[in-house]
Amino acid sequence: MTDKTRSVSAINEGTVIDHIPADSLFDVLSILKLDELENQITFGTNLKSERYGKKAIIKLEGKFFEDDEINRIALVAPEAKLNIIRDYEVAEKKVVGLPDEIHGIAKCMNPKCVTNHQNISTRFRVKDKKLVTLKCHYCEKITDKKHLEIL
Amino acid sequence: MLNANKLSFMKNKSLISITDYSRDNYLKLIEIAEGFEKNPRQQLLEGYVIASLFFEPSTRTRLSFESAINRLGGRIVGFTDASSSSVKKGESLKDTILTVSNYSDLIVMRHPLEGSARFASDVAPVPVVNAGDGANQHPTQCLLDLYSIKKTQGTLENLNIALVGDLKYGRTVHSLMMAMSNFNATFNFISPDSLRMPDTYKNYLDEKGIKYYEHDVLEDALPHADIVYMTRVQKERFSDPIEYEKVKNVYILRNAMLEETKDNLRILHPLPRVNEINEDVDTNPKAYYFEQALNGVYMRQAIISSILGLR
Repeated sequence: MTDKTRSVSAINEGTVIDHIPADSLFDVLSILKLDELENQITFGTNLKSERYGKKAIIKLEGKFFEDDEINRIALVAPEAKLNIIRDYEVAEKKVVGLPDEIHGIAKCMNPKCVTNHQNISTRFRVKDKKLVTLKCHYCEKITDKKHLEIL
Repeated sequence: MLNANKLSFMKNKSLISITDYSRDNYLKLIEIAEGFEKNPRQQLLEGYVIASLFFEPSTRTRLSFESAINRLGGRIVGFTDASSSSVKKGESLKDTILTVSNYSDLIVMRHPLEGSARFASDVAPVPVVNAGDGANQHPTQCLLDLYSIKKTQGTLENLNIALVGDLKYGRTVHSLMMAMSNFNATFNFISPDSLRMPDTYKNYLDEKGIKYYEHDVLEDALPHADIVYMTRVQKERFSDPIEYEKVKNVYILRNAMLEETKDNLRILHPLPRVNEINEDVDTNPKAYYFEQALNGVYMRQAIISSILGLR
C-alpha cells in the first residue's frame, strides 16, 4: 500500500476504482447503483492528484464487476482505473472504456425527445468515444459531454 | 419491373428515418411508384387493415396516406387527433401501439414527440411507417420529393438544388439534403441569417465533398437552379419580432423572378403554402407543388405495398 492510497482504508478482496474526477464521484456511485449494495464501501474525494488536481477513489470489499457493468462509468470518469484486489495485493489492473451503446444512464438533451415524456429507458449510440458524443436511438439528436445529465 | 426478391430490404420493416435507406433503395422505390402512377388502381391491399394513428392533426399527410390505401383496396382504422383517442385518458404510447397492432397489418403514425416513431417500431409486432415525428423525420415526404425530382428532371444525378426559407428547423430540407447528397447535387442555401442550415448538416456535406453555397437573397440562386425547394419562414421562429418583419418578404417567390431561369427548373414546396410563393407563380409551367402532392399518393402506395411484401 502506498502513501497515496492510505487515506482510504485498504481492502482484502474486491475492487478499487481510482482516478475518478472528484465532481463525478456521486454520478459513479449512482451509475453503479452502489447505494443498493450491502458490501463494505469506502470512498474518498477531493484527494490530491498530480494529473487531475482533485480526484475521488472508491474501494469495494468483496465486489467484482463485469466489464459491461463497469464500462458504463466511462461516461463520467473516462480515465478511471480499476485495481482488482486479492489478499491485499493488486491482482489485476483495468482501464474503463466507453461501450458502443449506452442504455438507461444518460438523459437525452432534446426536450422534445419521446424518452423525456414517456416511461422509456434512454438508448444512445456512442458516436465519438473521445469527445463523448451520444446519438439518441429515438430522436436521433446528439447529446454532447457539455449537456450530459446522468439519470 | 423489379421482382419481389429485390425488395426484401423493405419487407416487414418499418420506415422511420430517411437514413435507414440507401441510394439504391430510393431508386427502387421510385421505380415502383412509377408503376403506380401508370396504374394507380390495384387491389393489392384487399383484406388488409391499415391503422392510421394521427396523435396530432396533419390533414394533408393523412389524406394522402388514406388515398393511397384506398386506391390499393385496403381498409383504414384509426384516429385523426389524440383528443379522440384513449391517449387523452393517459394511455402510454406503448400500450396504444401494442393494442392497435392487434387490429392492423401496418401502422401509419404521426406524433408530436421526436423519436416516437422509432419507439413504436421497436415495440410493435407489425411494421410502422413514420408520417412525421415532431421536427425529426418525415421520410415519406422526402421520398415523394425524390420522386418528384426524378420525374421532372429525368435523373437525380448532378442537379443544382436551391433550398429556401427556414433551413434551421425545417425537417424536410434536412432530409432532402441528406438524400440528395447521394447523387452529387450542388446545393444553394437561401435563408435569413438566423435560420441558416445548421453546422451539423454542413459538416456532413463537407465530409462527403458536396458543394454548397449560402445566400441572403433568393434571386442569386435562381439562374442556375434545376430545383427550387421553398419552405415557409415562420413568425414563431423569431425571438425578435423586428427581425421577422425585416425578412418576411425577402423570401417570397414571384412569377417575374422566374424569367431568367432554366427551362427545366421546377418549384417544389411541401405545402401548406402561406405567402412564400406568390399565387401568380401557380400558372407558370415551372410551378410543380400541386403535382408534387399527387406524387405523394403514388410513393405512399409504393411504400405500403413494398413493406407488406405485395410489390
